[in-house]
Formats: sequence, C-alpha cells, structure tokens
Amino acid sequence: MAFLEVENVRRSFGGLVALDRVSFTVCRGQIKGLIGPNGAGKTTLFNMVSGLLAPEVGQIRFKDRTITGLKPFQIARLGISRTFQNPSLFLRMTVLENVMVGRHLRSRASFLSSSLRLPGQVREEQHIRAEAWRHLEPLGLAALADRPAGSLAFGQRRMVELARALATEPELLLLDEPASGLNTREKADLNQVIRRIRASGVTLLLVEHDMALVMDLADDIVVLHNGTPIAHGPPATIQNDPNVIQVYLGGEPDGIPPAGELNLKWTRPR
Amino acid sequence: MENGSMALQYLLSGITKGSIYAVVAIGFNLIYSATGVLNFAQGEFVMLGGMVAIMLAQLGLPLVVAVGAAVIVVSAVGCLLEITFFRKLRHHSILHMIIITIGLSIVIQEIALHIWDEKVRSLPYFTGNEVSSLKFFGAAISPQVLWVLGAIAVSVVLLHIFLRYTLQGRAMRACASNPEAAMLAGINIPNMRTLSFGLSAALGGLAGCVISPITMTHYEMGAPLAIKGFAAAILGGLGNPMGGVIGGLTVGILEAFAVSRLPAAFNDVAAFVVLLLVLFVRPHGLLGRPGGEAVREH
Amino acid sequence: MRFLQCNTPFATFAVLAVVTQLVLRAAGMEYCLTQLTMALYYALVVLGLCLVTGHAGQVSLGHAAFFAIGGYTSAFLTTHDFGPLPEPAWATGLKQARVLIEHSDLYGGTALSVSPWAAVVVALLLTFVVAHLIGYPALRLKGHYLAMATLGFGLIVSKIVVGTAQLGASDGITGVPEWPLGFGLTVSGRRTLRVENYYIACGLLLLTLVLLRNLIRSRVGRALQAIHDRETAANAMGINTAAYKLGAFVLSALLAALAGVFFTHYTGSISPSEAGALKSVRYLALAAAGGMASLWGVTAMSVILNYLSLRGFFGSYDNAVFGAILILIISLAPEGPLKPLGQWLRHGLNRNHHPRDETTGAPPGASDGAPRIH
Ligand SMILES: Nc1ncnc2c1ncn2[C@@H]1O[C@H](COP(=O)(O)OP(=O)(O)OP(=O)(O)O)[C@@H](O)[C@H]1O
Ligand SMILES: [Mg+2]
Repeated sequence: MAFLEVENVRRSFGGLVALDRVSFTVCRGQIKGLIGPNGAGKTTLFNMVSGLLAPEVGQIRFKDRTITGLKPFQIARLGISRTFQNPSLFLRMTVLENVMVGRHLRSRASFLSSSLRLPGQVREEQHIRAEAWRHLEPLGLAALADRPAGSLAFGQRRMVELARALATEPELLLLDEPASGLNTREKADLNQVIRRIRASGVTLLLVEHDMALVMDLADDIVVLHNGTPIAHGPPATIQNDPNVIQVYLGGEPDGIPPAGELNLKWTRPR
Repeated sequence: MENGSMALQYLLSGITKGSIYAVVAIGFNLIYSATGVLNFAQGEFVMLGGMVAIMLAQLGLPLVVAVGAAVIVVSAVGCLLEITFFRKLRHHSILHMIIITIGLSIVIQEIALHIWDEKVRSLPYFTGNEVSSLKFFGAAISPQVLWVLGAIAVSVVLLHIFLRYTLQGRAMRACASNPEAAMLAGINIPNMRTLSFGLSAALGGLAGCVISPITMTHYEMGAPLAIKGFAAAILGGLGNPMGGVIGGLTVGILEAFAVSRLPAAFNDVAAFVVLLLVLFVRPHGLLGRPGGEAVREH
Repeated sequence: MRFLQCNTPFATFAVLAVVTQLVLRAAGMEYCLTQLTMALYYALVVLGLCLVTGHAGQVSLGHAAFFAIGGYTSAFLTTHDFGPLPEPAWATGLKQARVLIEHSDLYGGTALSVSPWAAVVVALLLTFVVAHLIGYPALRLKGHYLAMATLGFGLIVSKIVVGTAQLGASDGITGVPEWPLGFGLTVSGRRTLRVENYYIACGLLLLTLVLLRNLIRSRVGRALQAIHDRETAANAMGINTAAYKLGAFVLSALLAALAGVFFTHYTGSISPSEAGALKSVRYLALAAAGGMASLWGVTAMSVILNYLSLRGFFGSYDNAVFGAILILIISLAPEGPLKPLGQWLRHGLNRNHHPRDETTGAPPGASDGAPRIH
C-alpha cells in the first residue's frame, strides 16, 4: 500500500493554474525526487501536502488516511515534517530553541504545568533539551547552539531548519530545495546527511534544482511542468525522457540532443 | 408616510455622518497605501481644520479664505508629521507605527487644548443659519448638510481622478503595491509618502470645516472620528481608497438608525458590533481581499 | 549557583520593594504608597500584554475592557442589594455558605450582597468566557485588523459600562467593600492597612512575574515566540497556533481582570474611565515602552510611569507627556530604553567572560516586535 498518495490534485491562484491533475505515490522508505522548472508548482504541492494550502480538487492520503482539509499542525502530528524553500527559522530564538520547537509535538506541557514548573514539566523540559541536542550534533550545529537564528549564514539556516524538521521525528520528510544556496562542500555533506536520514527509516520527498544531487539520491522522480506531471520514473529513465529534455533545454522536439550530452549535465562532476 | 419620512430623516443624517467617516477612512487608506502606516492621528486633522478655520474667521477673514487657509495649514501639518516622524521609521513594525500615531494624536489633542481651551466652537453656517431647512420628500435638511455632502463628494471625485488618471496619482499607488518597482521606475518615493500625508490631511481639514457648523468643533473630537474612520476603512478593505466611502456610509447609516432604536448611550455600540461581526465573517472587510502573501514565500 | 542566577531579578525586586517602603516611611511620605499600590496593579495588566503582544505577537487594544469587566463585576456583585430574597432552601444555603452576606448600606439599612470572594470568582469566570468569545474569532485576524477588532470590543464594553444605570453610568460604582483575603490580610484602602496592601500588591506582582517567567521559558513560551516569529512555520512544526494564541490571550485577559478586581476593592470604587480606549492604549504603550517582551522592562516602565501619572506629576499635561514619551521611546529606542541600557551594562560587566556581541546581529527584518506588513 502506498505511503503517501497524491490523487488528481488541482490548485489555482486567481486565474493562474499552479497545479492540475497531479497524481503520484510515494512508497515507504523511498527517496522520491520532485523536479521541474521554476514556477512548475513544486512548492505549491508541498504546501498542499503539509496543509498550508488546500487543493481545490483531489485528495491527498497519508498512510491510508485522507489528510486534505487537515490543519498543518495536525498533519505534522501525523508524522509529516518539512523544510521551506526560504529557510523559515524563528529568527529571534537561538538555534537550540528552534530545534526545541521541533520537539513541540512530542511533548505535552500545558500553560498550567509550565507556569507552575510542576515536576513532570521540568523533566520533560530536560528531555526536550537533550533531544534537541541529539538532533543538532549530527548536523554539525553544536557550536552554533546558542546563536540567535537571525545571525546565521544562509547555509547554516538550512541545516538548522533540517535539524528542526528531524526533531519532530517525522515518518515523511519534505525537503524544498535543500541544496540551493549551498556551496559544493556543503552539498556533499547534505548528500551524506540525506542518506543517513533515509537509512534511519524516514521517507523523503525531495524538491531540488541540483540535478546531480537528485539523480544521485532519488529512487524515483516525478517531473512537473506547468503544473502537471510530464514524466515519472527512476533517474535513468528520466534523464533520457524526450519530454523532460525538451522542457529543461527548451529545444525543439526533433532537435533533441543525444542523451549522452545530457548525462554530462546531469551527473555529478567527480 | 410619517414613518417613511422619519426613515428618510435618519438616512440623511446617517449619510451626513457617514460622509465624514468616509473622508477619514479615505485619509487612512491614502496614507496606508502609500506608506503602510495606519495614521490614528487622522481624526486630529479634522479637528485642526475646524479649529484653524474658526480662529481665522474670528480674526475677520472671509469664510472662504478662512477655510482655504485652514486646509493649507492642516495639509502642511500633515506633511510635517511625515517628514519628522515617518521618514526615518519606515522599517518599523505595525505595532510601533500604531503606537506612534496614537501618541501623535494624543499630543496634537493636548496642544489643541492648550491653544484653544476646551470650549466648543463652530464656524457660522455657510448659507442660512441653524433654523433654515430645506424640505426633501418630507424630511427636513439643513443647507449645511448639502455643503457637507457637496464638498466631500467633489473632493472624493477629484481624488479619484487624481489617483486614477494622473501620473503622480498612479505613481502614488505604485509606491504602495510595489515600492521596489516604483523606485526603479524613477518615482521619488519619499515625496510620494509626504504627498499622501499632505493630501489626506487636507481632506480631513476640509471635512473639519464643513461639518463644524453642524457637529461643532472641540479639541476631543478627533479620536472618536479616527476610530469610526478606521472602522470604515477596515470595512471597506484597507488600502482601497474608494472602499472607504462605502465603509463610511455603512457606519454612518448604522449609527443613525441605532440612534432611533437604542438608548442614546449605546449609540456607537451598534456600529462596532456590526464591525466585529463583519470582521469575524470576512477577515479582510466587506470589499477587501486577502493578501496571499502569507503562504506565498515558501 | 544557577538557581541564584535565575532568581536574582526576583530577589532584587523584593529588596527594592522593601527598601522603597522603608525609605518612604523614613521620609514621612508613606502616603505615596497608595499610588504606588495602584501602579503595581496596573502593571499586572501590562504584564499580560507583555505575554500576548510581546511574546505571542498579537496586538490588543482592548485590555482595559478586561480590567473593567473584572472590576465592575466584582463591584456590582458586592454592592448591589439582592435582598430580600425568597426563603427557599438555596437562598439560605447561599447565605450559610457566605456567598451572600448582609451588610449595612449607605443609608443605614441592611443590604444583601455577594461576598467579595464569590464575586471575584464570578468576575474571573465571566472574563474567561468573554475572552474566549472575543479571542476565538478575533485572533484569526492579523495586524491592523486584529487591532481594530480588539479596539472595537473595548469600545463596546466601555459604552455599555457608561450606558448602564445599574453600573452607575458615568459615575461608576463606589462603596465597594474591602476584601478579606484570609491569612489576616485584607485588600482595603484604609489608611491603617496602607503598608499591608502595598505588600499584597507587591506579592501579587512578584508571583505573576515568577509564573510568567516560567511560562516564557517553557515549551509553551517557545511555541508563542515561534508564532510571533513565523506563524506558518510554527503551525507546520505541529503547534496548534490558534489554540496557543487564544490561550495567551485568555491568560492575559485574566491577569487584567484580576488587576481590576484588586484595584476596585483597594480603591473602593471603579469608574468608566477604567474601561476607556485611552486606557487600553496606555497599557499597550507602557508595554512597548518597556520593551514589549521583557518582563522586567515592562514592569519597571509601567510602575514608574503610572506612579508618576497617578501622583499628578505631569499636571495638566499628563496625556501630552504620555503621548510624547510614547513617540520618543518608539522612535529612538523601539526595543524599549531599558534594553540598550541593559546591554551596555552587561557588555561592561561581561567583557572578560564570553564575548557574545554577535547575539544582537539579527538582520533588520528580524529585530523588532509584532507582525509587519511590507
Ligand atoms: N500564494 C500564491 N499566490 C499566488 N500565486 C502563487 C502562490 N504560490 C504560488 N503561486 C504561483 O504558482 C506557480 C507555482 O509556484 P511554485 O512556487 O509552486 O513553483 P515552484 O515549482 O516551487 O518554483 P521554484 O522552482 O521557483 O520554487 C507560480 O506561477 C507562482 O507564481
Ligand atoms: Mg518552489
């Protein structure tokens, strides 16, 4: 049974149709790539899966449960977490606190128990802190823990956001262009991190413009163009799909360059 | 018949009040759309307009001159406020802006108190006097009401033409919707912002003059007007100058009919209850549209 | 050590409170304690705003209404003559439970009114309900729309208060009885209880400060701050943003109502001006002047400024001075005047310990309070 199912989803903004008739599934344990030119609707799709936008038509199911119509926080509680294309950290909080917010849905302290500092709350708070550290360290963020998020460089913000998303212990993680704005080194690190995340049993949906990275990581790729999927399959197939080539290179259908040339562009330079 | 003419009477009084609220609301919107500031001192412009005109008229100036001069003075005050307080503070949060303009409103009020004391004054009727009235389908209206409606209608139409069809006006709206693009197009944004303050102050000042014979002028009159005007602006959708007209008339008419049904002390309650209900059902006002920017960025 | 570090501000507050009282006694100026006590109660309202506006980022221009709801409910119930009651069992039961008590009224007759404790409970319950009714729809609004909704709510309450004869219309309610708290303490404006009441107010404020400090440094506090910083991201992280905003709003409304209750029993009266929009504005202004999110800054600012204002220090310029202070503080030190001062002090003290100057290096968009538009 599919883990995440997107079924015939449509969404428009005013007159502009951002997504139309989009269906695909993600299986448990997979890394699914989602690619497409700018404005193809990738982020819009993420926003719908995470509940920030509602689809006009269609359904999204997670572990056989319809999640369309749920609020983002409810979806997060079901085990879906995400990062944003523009890192959306809580800028006035420290890095550690940001990640501690990620533990929110794994903890329970209320207004009352927090203001009275009841023993249970104190214990839970220690646990939250420890868990936050546990998620900071593997991403190399320990040294930054006390820095306000607002003072971080772009690449660091991306990492903190990733740590925050992981701290929720999601089953499905949506990453929106995690490599954009990172330098080559950081990208290589990211590649390792994503592999580790997958190895820990998390399913990933990955939007990325860096072809080398997606082709290297993804088990399976969906290509969106102007709001509709135009191709679907393992990286090798996608790389040679004439539709995809046309969309990406803007070439005439009959002027498709040989696949080998394209591969150069799409494989990681080693 | 009797009932009908009573209703008409209330409607007319509602429209008169409402047109003042509309002017204040337009003032709010003008400044808001050019600068992003909601200027709670807007009501003080109305008060200042009345006060200055009364002072000048008492010095013996002809009414027209007094009113004209008052409008210019108030407009200058508006520009001055923008230059001294808002130029530098453009990057502040909504909350800070709200607080600063409320502070300004309080200070202007106190200054007015100390210049003009707490007496209630008024300009003479522009034509006729307090007892002259015209019959209109069985309802009596003071000629001053026609002055109010006329002056406000003309200025609203002029403003509309200015915003729609002149280069300056369009530039002003461009500042609001897209400051960066406006800047790239060579529009002098700071000047546009000053202009928006000047214009909305002038509008308020004029309103303050024409209503003075009917509602009297008093140093404390600004704050309630600002609040009603704010309500009108919100109802009509913030940043939409002409939405303010509809919002203003709605608030005015509601209030006039509430007067006929509720004890006097609860006058304003009806208007605010309706405002709350509207906001709760349509969070962006009657005519406003939700700005999609909330989700946009991600 | 850590415990001490966390709690020095509270100890300082307590010491300061005692020193102030002793100094005033030595100077023969104990009468000043009356206004100081009132200022301390007002500070409670501002602290509530500090939570809802400074931390959760939700503007309220209607908190005077909650103060008034608390004060008026309690004043009305404890002064209104509900007797003579019919004699069924429940009425005598209420009397026996001392929910209803007999006292002599202004004209020497006996009147049957609600006891202060029961009245306070009703006042807080009523506030709780009203805060939910208003907060639930209003907190879906943002920025100026939220400001307008809360302002409108405040105006409605204030008009109702002025327009209702049973609430004393424009005179308000006087003759509110004192409130025996128990443990030998009484909230009362009697001269002989002046010092006692000063310490009651200090104690209440201190308790509130401790509870709010705990709250702010907890899971709940982080959730509120996250909502303030980035609401969508907070929601996507599993925070029920609507519920948390409502929770903070209701809590701050309860604080305002509690302040109103104490204030009313202390001064023995409440007037409609306490419900006015100008009061709401003042509370918000004080919170802003104190740095919005800083419990200590907010407390200091509101106690000092309210005290000066209550003492008539600014004379007929009271409002003008208030307005001017607002403008100056916001334009010159939008984070509150105490923050730069504190930073400067800390910088001086900690120069050798850990140079954490970069902690202020937030980008311009990140630094100041409240939602922004452009
Ligand atoms: N909130 C919104 N309001 C209006 N239009 C929107 C909104 N969000 C997205 N769009 C439009 O929908 C289309 C799809 O946008 P989306 O952000 O999903 O693209 P994308 O594939 O993520 O592009 P990119 O690679 O640039 O991030 C675009 O044309 C965009 O302008
Ligand atoms: Mg995108």
